Amino acid sequence: MRHLISIEDLNKDDIIRILNKSEEFEDVALGKRRSRILEGKILANLFFEPSTRTRMSFETAMKKLGGEVINVSAQEASSIAKGETLADTIKVVSNYCDAIVIRHPLEGAARFASEHSRVPVINAGDGAGQHPTQTLLDLYTIKKEIGRIDGLKIALVGDLKYSRTIHSLIKALTLFETKIYLVSPPVLELPKEFLEELGGDIEKAELDQIVGDVDVIYVTRIQKERFLDEEEYRKVTGSYKITLETVKKMKESAIILHPLPRVDEIAVEVDYTKQAKYFKQAFYGVPVRMAILTEVML
Amino acid sequence: MTERELVISKIREGTVIDHINAGKALLVLKILGIDEKTRETVSLAMNVPSRKMGKKDIVKVEGLFISEEKLNKIALIAPNATINLVREYRIEKKFKVKPPEVVRGILKCPNRMCISNAREPVESIFYISLKGNEVVAKCHYCGRKISDLAKFII
Repeated sequence: MRHLISIEDLNKDDIIRILNKSEEFEDVALGKRRSRILEGKILANLFFEPSTRTRMSFETAMKKLGGEVINVSAQEASSIAKGETLADTIKVVSNYCDAIVIRHPLEGAARFASEHSRVPVINAGDGAGQHPTQTLLDLYTIKKEIGRIDGLKIALVGDLKYSRTIHSLIKALTLFETKIYLVSPPVLELPKEFLEELGGDIEKAELDQIVGDVDVIYVTRIQKERFLDEEEYRKVTGSYKITLETVKKMKESAIILHPLPRVDEIAVEVDYTKQAKYFKQAFYGVPVRMAILTEVML
Repeated sequence: MTERELVISKIREGTVIDHINAGKALLVLKILGIDEKTRETVSLAMNVPSRKMGKKDIVKVEGLFISEEKLNKIALIAPNATINLVREYRIEKKFKVKPPEVVRGILKCPNRMCISNAREPVESIFYISLKGNEVVAKCHYCGRKISDLAKFII
């Protein structure tokens, strides 16, 4: 694999290979084993938009494998962006490093960057476009916490219209034998055109109907800006909130995931239940990104 | 004499593009890069009555054999167009345009947040497919899908 731009660039075998590799790196991420596998390599973090989690987890992953990281802050990046084209920035920066991680507000920016880079480019989010490393860590969390992905029933809850996390995840899940339930307010339904393109077993549902039957509930944030008035927003979000009541109806073995940050779509009390795996999911970002870094650099 | 011949006379040698969707002849010229600098004799007829199409446009370019690759780009906006390559008043080759798999620098992505619309050294790239009878294009950079492609010709 040279670049990682979109989850659609990967087939099922690629995904399984990366997930297996992630597992090998988990004890390194936990500090139980040392690795210098990326010693002498330099990763450039090029974030044209602020991001704490993604940038830090890439940095942690690189350093725990013995590599070095050079960072361009969002502020520096935006001043670069004013002065020169992204193409020029990438041509210059790719001379200083062995791989580039990029986050950019424009869709397709990572693909474009990869066309101008002499080193591998990893997409860490391009506007409303793709965020493939998030999808891989979501899949890894499911595999680790349940033991498999094939055969599972998965509910996607919240903003299915605008969430890039959801769009990438659905595409990846349809490569596996999964049953997907779409749970969202009508204004935030998965775009029809997007749904038409997908194969797989997918249906709309209400959370109440399926909560006791699913293996995974994947929750996303519903943004206030998507609604015309606040009253409507409050009404809608209330009915998609995960509370202790929701958890009681879930299977013992089922899990709740969320890409974070959350606002109030999952009640804080839920954090202490064994179904809550969203903080574990954030941790899994490190071994998964280790696997991706070695995949593109070695 | 048929109705068509009344509108534009036969050409001795060159390319005839027939069955263009009515009103799209000017865009066809644009796609082919035929403009005021062109030296060849170009005749154009719009809204010609047609049995099959109701109304259609026709373009004739004298003394120029346009490449099949270039002509196939016409399929983006006129999927029914037929091409006649004429030599000594006789049709040497006749074919229907086929949409190319990829087009570069012809369509503009409508997504304002797409990198192909930024101040960058970038040429638009679209992947073309057929959805039933409709020609659909997908942006290489942002993945946006568009149909009714005439609206997006650069």
